[in-house]
Amino acid sequence: MLTLLFDGVAYGMLLFILAVGLCVTMGLMNFINLAHGAFAMLGGYVTVALMQRHGVPFLVCLPLAFLASAAMGVVLERTLYRPMYKKPHLDQVLFSIGLAFMAVASADYLMGSQQQIMQLPDWLRGRTELFADTPFVLGMGHYRLFIIAVCAALTMGLQYVLSATRFGSRLRASVDDARAASGLGINVNVVFAATFAVGSGLAGLGGALGAEVLGLDPTFPLKFMVYFLIVVAVGGTTSITGPLLAALLLGIADVAGKYYIPKLGAFIVYALMIAILIWRPQGLFVRQGGKS
Amino acid sequence: MNAHTSLLRAARWQPLELVFWALAFASPWVLAQHALIINEIAIVALFAVSLDLVLGYTGIVSLGHAAFLGFGAYSAALFAKHIHPDPLLGLAVGMAAATLLGALCSLSIMRGSDLTRLMVTLGTALILLELANKFSDLTGGADGLQGVIMGPLLGQFEFDLMGQTSAWYSLAVLLVLFVLARRLVHAPLGVTLKAIRDNRLRAMAIGIPVTARLAVVYTVAAGIAGAAGALMAQTTGFASLDVFAMDRSADVMLMLAIGGVGWLYGGIAGAVAFKLMYDVIANITPQYWTFWMGLFLVVLVLVGRERLIRPWTWVSAASRKEGAS
Repeated sequence: MLTLLFDGVAYGMLLFILAVGLCVTMGLMNFINLAHGAFAMLGGYVTVALMQRHGVPFLVCLPLAFLASAAMGVVLERTLYRPMYKKPHLDQVLFSIGLAFMAVASADYLMGSQQQIMQLPDWLRGRTELFADTPFVLGMGHYRLFIIAVCAALTMGLQYVLSATRFGSRLRASVDDARAASGLGINVNVVFAATFAVGSGLAGLGGALGAEVLGLDPTFPLKFMVYFLIVVAVGGTTSITGPLLAALLLGIADVAGKYYIPKLGAFIVYALMIAILIWRPQGLFVRQGGKS
Repeated sequence: MNAHTSLLRAARWQPLELVFWALAFASPWVLAQHALIINEIAIVALFAVSLDLVLGYTGIVSLGHAAFLGFGAYSAALFAKHIHPDPLLGLAVGMAAATLLGALCSLSIMRGSDLTRLMVTLGTALILLELANKFSDLTGGADGLQGVIMGPLLGQFEFDLMGQTSAWYSLAVLLVLFVLARRLVHAPLGVTLKAIRDNRLRAMAIGIPVTARLAVVYTVAAGIAGAAGALMAQTTGFASLDVFAMDRSADVMLMLAIGGVGWLYGGIAGAVAFKLMYDVIANITPQYWTFWMGLFLVVLVLVGRERLIRPWTWVSAASRKEGAS
């Protein structure tokens, strides 16, 4: 019971790190980016390749995965994404699906279509059980504990940057109303490029962390695209607490659903999402006053 | 020329259209060895026309239109297997089932932003996929629904292996539903749909009942998609889980993007182009065809469809720029 909750939280935290970049870019530029999972996949493959072929330690791989995805994000943002912001949503959807298709086929070509196996370092394997003799037994995999710690630290860092720094207030202003913000002298393009890079980097980091939990194969961007979009659609795009809660909810619902009613699998998650979106079309957690 | 006659002129049948349909019906006969692919093209064209009603004419971005295709396919296949093998009866059942589902789902697309609608439609298709997978006693699960044997069409035309009967059957259904869709978009109802697409708030302000119109068009489009699904199940004698897959919804969106949205022939032209392109690419590189498809999509959107299909405008635009500078 508690173990399930724990696993759900770890899964949810991971989804949050994967999807937070998508939330901010969607809120900022109103751009529907279905290729976000490709950045996560890049991070995952960078980690696996570095660890297996070059023997780089796991902890060094994580920042490298972040940097690789962020660099890719900057390059793509400057070259391909920027002309798309003003286009209608249909074009954006087509464009980003096309990118995702290309990423899937390229990964297949470069790394092979098999599932990649991640060799965790010894200190992350194993499991600790708390309250072992009571009905509330809590089994914690060390790796999942590590994921929660990293993601919680990142979330607090993001929250700090958003709420207490000058860049954060510029970002919030741009999300609320890009035109008014640029009228006040904020360079929205630079803010956006930086946000896009960090968002892609975080997705890469999430992909690296999640390669062991979520599985890593070339169909990753399409398989998890739905989950990222659920986080964004349910959480709303105006804050990061909304997506965080949505991701936790999704993680717990998914793990619990698959454990208690394995026959219906992902059904629970989709049904929950549709019900929430019919009830609150703009997402569960919408801040009043912002431009929707 | 007043508004009345100009609206009527747009709705009139052009000679070129009649030629097109005559050619379409002659094709299974002339290209007898390609009758199977003509059949496939007719079916996906019907599917694309259905999405065009929703996406091109009403502006609802749907990434889950395969829900209705699959529902129609499974309904028709199950009906043929367990109740009656007559194709036309099965087609009616598939359409009716998909129409009902569409009426139900139209409730879910009324509110919210494009992203919300994208997610709700996608979620609907995924839920149906999960259900079809889990109720494997009825649907055959991941193995697909096999052993669907169709009776002869109209009691006398057997479905043959060459696929000529299938091709004519699908083309005939495509024509009938296309004419219906054509009437619909040129009727006052269709004009109000375009008004809703262009500006929902203003459409509401001039007294168009927006929710009711959305419900009607979504239901009709679902019925047409159901017909496409039923045709698919009947002419292949098979229904499998991939009819619900997201690839289907993405593919049909791509067809519309190639052919042009908001234009009924766009769906048909896109379907022809897509199928032929798919055949060529999949023959060259069967494993990595998605890469080229993706590249094509990216280029299509970046360059713009209008410019891509009119290469001669590149030169003149460039020379005009030079002349200006």
